[in-house]
Amino acid sequence: MNLDSKTPAGPLAQKWSSHKFNMKLVNPANRRKYNVIVVGSGLAGGAAAASLAEQGYNVACFCYQDSPRRAHSIAAQGGINASKNYQNDGDSVQRLFYDTVKGGDYRSREANVYRLAEVSSDIIDQCVASGVPFAREYGGFLANRSFGGAQVSRTFYARGQTGQQLLLGAYSALSKQIGLGKVKMYNRHEMLDVVKVDGHAKGIIVRNMVTGEVSRHAGDAVVLATGGYGNVFFLSTNAQGCNVTAAHRAYKRGAGMANPCYTQIHPTCIPVHGDQQSKLTLMSESLRNDGRVWAPMDKETAKKIREGKLNPNDVPDEERDYYLERKYPSFGNLAPRDISSRAAKEACDDGRGIATTGLGVFLDFRDAIKRDGQKAIEERYGNLFEMYQCITGDNPYETPMMIFPAVHYTMGGLWVDYNLQSTIPGMFVGGEANFSDHGANRLGASALMQGLADGYFVLPYTVGNYLSEQGVAAAGQVTTDHPAFAEVEADVKGRIDKLLSIGGTESPRSFHKRLGHIVWEKCGMARSKEGLEEAIRDIQALRKEFWENVRVVGDADSLNPELERAGRVADFMEFGEIMCRDALMREESCGGHFRVEYQTDDGEALRDDDNFTFAGVWEYKGDDVEPQLHKESLVYENVKLATRSYK
Amino acid sequence: MNLTLRVWRQKNRLDVGKFAEYKLADISEDSSFLEMLDILSEQLVADGHEPVAFDHDCREGICGMCSMTINGIPHGPEGGITACQLHMRHFHDGQTITIEPWRAKPFPVIKDLVVDRTPLDKIIQAGGFITARTGSAVDANAMPIAKGIADYAMDAAACIGCGACVAACPNASAMLFTGAKVAHMNSLPQGKAEKDRRTLAMVTTMDGEGFGGCTNIGECAAVCPKSIPLDMIAHLNRDYAAAQFKNFFKPVA
Repeated sequence: MNLDSKTPAGPLAQKWSSHKFNMKLVNPANRRKYNVIVVGSGLAGGAAAASLAEQGYNVACFCYQDSPRRAHSIAAQGGINASKNYQNDGDSVQRLFYDTVKGGDYRSREANVYRLAEVSSDIIDQCVASGVPFAREYGGFLANRSFGGAQVSRTFYARGQTGQQLLLGAYSALSKQIGLGKVKMYNRHEMLDVVKVDGHAKGIIVRNMVTGEVSRHAGDAVVLATGGYGNVFFLSTNAQGCNVTAAHRAYKRGAGMANPCYTQIHPTCIPVHGDQQSKLTLMSESLRNDGRVWAPMDKETAKKIREGKLNPNDVPDEERDYYLERKYPSFGNLAPRDISSRAAKEACDDGRGIATTGLGVFLDFRDAIKRDGQKAIEERYGNLFEMYQCITGDNPYETPMMIFPAVHYTMGGLWVDYNLQSTIPGMFVGGEANFSDHGANRLGASALMQGLADGYFVLPYTVGNYLSEQGVAAAGQVTTDHPAFAEVEADVKGRIDKLLSIGGTESPRSFHKRLGHIVWEKCGMARSKEGLEEAIRDIQALRKEFWENVRVVGDADSLNPELERAGRVADFMEFGEIMCRDALMREESCGGHFRVEYQTDDGEALRDDDNFTFAGVWEYKGDDVEPQLHKESLVYENVKLATRSYK
Repeated sequence: MNLTLRVWRQKNRLDVGKFAEYKLADISEDSSFLEMLDILSEQLVADGHEPVAFDHDCREGICGMCSMTINGIPHGPEGGITACQLHMRHFHDGQTITIEPWRAKPFPVIKDLVVDRTPLDKIIQAGGFITARTGSAVDANAMPIAKGIADYAMDAAACIGCGACVAACPNASAMLFTGAKVAHMNSLPQGKAEKDRRTLAMVTTMDGEGFGGCTNIGECAAVCPKSIPLDMIAHLNRDYAAAQFKNFFKPVA
């Protein structure tokens, strides 16, 4: 597997501009001869599809929802980072770059991160131009707030619905191109495989989720922007439909899967209430600007609160452990996500957790309301408070919120080079689906930034470069009549028939829940060698059971949510094992990956830079065969590797 | 709590469809409405029946995918939330709950509670955008926008495109949806250049897709999970009248 990152030569700050100049162009009149397939319509996919169509390419865009406007980017709440330095507080491209590399615990690729920081300003400009109603100050200029892992205010936001507004911006640009006929949109279509011709990605196989029809689509390049794999844990903050299928199928066709063990557990989610729960709800990190996180100092106090015998408001200050402020005085409640999550887990492991399950800590606005008044807090977080009350029945203006970490984002994903091209030539990967920018931990408000950076400002250049290299004579030459399409289509249909024919007794949802339990327990917030080895064995056994005993009701020729879920769970079953293998291989702790064997005396993550400063990339070698590990070593020329300290 | 569900079952677009009745036991009041339907699905699958098909995705009230009429009210009795945010603590033991798909001519039923809402996308495709090609933007702070205007645009832009307004309206009007989008874009300085063109194109498409007109009933705003106010329809009417007037003397597009 060739892991040449193709990072351009030259000083860091000039790499992207000189690369843009060196890339080959396609003449405007020739662009209409090329067909580009974009899978996914979120920030990365939607923005890429719209931008490529604006340039003149013919684009086919696919999403599993009933409209491209529903991609899960929509659920991001808090904001989007950009190094505008509108607050005059010392921000710069260099600082955003540095914060992101450090936040990622020195496990990302320098050049990619620098480019991300560089185009971050253009993103805000583009969004404002397309009508995104960002929050503003009375003078009419844009407002900012702070997010975790940064000491500057660089986060732009649209109330607690920033993801929605950014997505609607990309969606409206996409809609314009659909209306003009430059993008052919396929709603309610699920991608089930990639088709390669002479080693290059030349198409996909999709299933129409309404009619059940399986069809072939050919293109000169394929862009995957299919999101993350957090739902491998069953319970996560992801939407119900989020899945790993597109990425996993690409992996099985030869794309390298990088750092799958880097998963982000978000510290502020509403605690689990029972075993019928289907989803966890995030409370935006922005709340930590004003909310103070605490757990009772004393186990007895915690017990009384759990049993409902003590109102948390009656716990005096000296009996509250504001543990983030205590342990990380310089970042306080805005310590990065991985660190805050682990600290919450520690408090709960210590028997000081609250909520009926003991798996919760407080996020308290008492002091902020006293300081700024309820109206100010309402203006900042009104919709989040309402959402909390709607779910829990508690009023957070009166009683502190209860929170607990939950799976939220996955930093790992398909390996890509500087051009966002995977190890399959012609297949590009953007947004959460790739691995490139966040290392082992993503900072808050950086996912929206990366999705739009890839979609608006990177892929439209690099895809064009690839198409140009293939030559205009090759444009549109591969059609769905090519035998490679028939072969992959037969695979896809065979798999669907197999799922429907097992006729066992257990539902796909039940298997999914069992898989989620294994990975959460053994490959969640704390991981160990023994646990991971056990998890691999358990997943293998569960997978075997799945293929013998799953029961998929309904048929293949109509809307069948059970069949959709079964296919996704089947892929999660394979993917979960790779994730555990990756976590087992990485004998260090970094960012979201915490191996209990590797920690400092005071319980902080202990990196091993000598042996693990690389991206671990897995190559598929066959079903039930161990995948092969390849390494892209990460070279830091501009940032000095240091122990991450937020103290 | 124990419940009786009357759920609309319809195999496909051509099927006539009918209500089926199901009993559910031991539902936690902390469960969400859709988690309650998940439990029904598991129960049906265990008996070898097809579960009830319904649209859902984010389950936090923002994607706009969930779309069901609960006891006669789109998104259910609580108001200001989507069906996925509705929790069972708002129902009582022994209650019978009737669940239907959106009922509106432009939204044909695909299966059970799933309907086809692509006409809403078509309205946006006709003009619900501000043309700003990627790369053509000036600095974001080059154009100050008064906070009041930005806030108003945000109020309008909060629409999640679920279609509850259409389902609640006896005329199956999409004017709250269209009005919200028009108000968002027409009120911002960036959106002024295409204002008249946008308004005319969106209204023409809206009418062409078979949505009815507004007769000021107000059900749409009452069921809107994002509490989009009726004023947005007034905004649409105002901008539409102005655009038509200008268009009469000199075509705007």
